[in-house]
Amino acid sequence: MALPDALLELADDHLVLGHRLSEWCGHAPMLEEDLAMPNMALDLIGTARSLYTRAGELEGKGRTEDDLAYFRGERDYRNILLVERPNNDFAQTMLRQLYFAAFMEPYWQAALDSTDDVVRGVAGKAVKEVAYHIRHAGEWVIRLGDGTEESAERMQEAVLDLHPYTGELFDEGSVEGEGALPSRAAMHGAWEATMKDIFAQALLDWPEELGQMRGGRTGQHGEQLGHMLAEMQSLARAHPGAVW
Amino acid sequence: MTGEIPLWEVFIRPRNGLAHKHVGSIHAADEVMALQAARDVYTRRGEGTSIWVVPSAAITASDPDQSGENFDPAADKIYRHPTFYDIPDEVGHM
Repeated sequence: MALPDALLELADDHLVLGHRLSEWCGHAPMLEEDLAMPNMALDLIGTARSLYTRAGELEGKGRTEDDLAYFRGERDYRNILLVERPNNDFAQTMLRQLYFAAFMEPYWQAALDSTDDVVRGVAGKAVKEVAYHIRHAGEWVIRLGDGTEESAERMQEAVLDLHPYTGELFDEGSVEGEGALPSRAAMHGAWEATMKDIFAQALLDWPEELGQMRGGRTGQHGEQLGHMLAEMQSLARAHPGAVW
Repeated sequence: MTGEIPLWEVFIRPRNGLAHKHVGSIHAADEVMALQAARDVYTRRGEGTSIWVVPSAAITASDPDQSGENFDPAADKIYRHPTFYDIPDEVGHM
């Protein structure tokens, strides 16, 4: 697998999770979160845009960020399954965010030394954004986990639902660790340290043995991604090339 | 839901050298969450370099019914304004 494909995987992770978060806009439990979640969504979508553009340049077939985001079908998307999981309740949304951010933070730190100028630039910006995502999602996970009886129950349920999707974060392609992009597997220690620290404060049990779900990197997605893409892509497909 | 969550007043300092200024209020369960909510709600367009949050309940406000006795007596004391001095040009902005 070449670098453009690897960048596409990374871009898909960011766009899909960014779109998922944006689905809360206007529906959040309180006004403060109604702004906080789209703030994070915009960070992720901004990252995705830079990565799509770079992937298109390196691929050399003239595909733009919009071509890549709006005119590929579900089976062509290469995001991991974690990021496409539906929002469900607020506990699930915050935990999904934390799982992803706790992985991306050391990843972008490592990518500051990338041999690719654009990746280095993206990393410099994203490393600050994602540090805030860990803080924001982490504080919520702690308060919900160590909150009321119901919030603790829902948080622990979210762990059981989402933890099986975390193994895919660390699966390597063929170019990871070769200079342009960091090794994914190498992030496991830092990720687990961040997560376990927060879980301890949240009084959540760390699941040791859970079967792991995979398939996103080969285009085998859950049924929810198709619905999400249909909505996300409908405008661009109804009015190709429209600008505003 | 927000009825159970305390209210906080938010103060933002736009630049170094300026004072924190009241910008509005937010709901949050505690001071850590209040700072995050203030950041998310009030600094999205680069408005600030520093945030203060204060529990709204900690603020003692003047009584609007007393505004006459509080503030009207200042109205006719124009000599308290330093508008009668000539400021030399070399002084510049004061």
